[in-house]
Amino acid sequence: MDQKKLAIIATKGTLDWAYPPLILASTAAALGYETQIFFTFYGLQMVRKDLSVLKVSPLGNPGMPMKMPFGPKWFKGINWNIPNAVQSLVPGFESFATVLMKQTIKNNGVATIAELRSLCQEAEVKFIACQMTVELFGFDHSDFIDGMEYGGAATFFEFAGESDVCLFI
Amino acid sequence: MNFDKELDARGLNCPLPILRAKKTLGELGGGQVLKIIATDPGSVKDFAAFAKQTGNELLSTAEAGGEYTFFIKKK
Repeated sequence: MDQKKLAIIATKGTLDWAYPPLILASTAAALGYETQIFFTFYGLQMVRKDLSVLKVSPLGNPGMPMKMPFGPKWFKGINWNIPNAVQSLVPGFESFATVLMKQTIKNNGVATIAELRSLCQEAEVKFIACQMTVELFGFDHSDFIDGMEYGGAATFFEFAGESDVCLFI
Repeated sequence: MNFDKELDARGLNCPLPILRAKKTLGELGGGQVLKIIATDPGSVKDFAAFAKQTGNELLSTAEAGGEYTFFIKKK
């Protein structure tokens, strides 16, 4: 049987949305898939050397539970339903939410983005950054981790056209 | 059951138990057995799926006191 192939386009630049492409890519690699991720637009943020740019925003995201990662169980269970108007007015609300999210991730034994990213690279998942958006956003190749390749849409299709699974995330 | 290596994946969540298991299996030879202990309830279905897709044989799955024990024989 030929080796299966997974092609992913990663387009989101928040802490929460950095998870799906990296979890799926690393798992696919462990299952024997040849895997590539094409990072474009905001997805470029998850392959920066500096990952502190990844934040999570509860603003305009009604699906996001706002729960505290500390205290007794009954306290952790409370969903802090804070109106958007309040969230947008409180300075640092996003940073606060990000700190809570990172603590929740840690408490649950979920890997960090940096960890998943290096697991992908160890498993030879190929990372390709969209050169057009790198330039559009004023990034330099030195902003990104080692081992990146740079290319465009045609580069993506060269692999994606042969893939068994192709995901836009 | 006899095993050649043990992996403690307790406290780890998806996809880490699978990724660690894959890596640890790489250190074993064909026919050798890896014992894995995990606490992630999702790992029960995941290890079955992992075994099916990679051809490594899942010899047994057991649950006791919130801990899951798997024995996987390397292909």
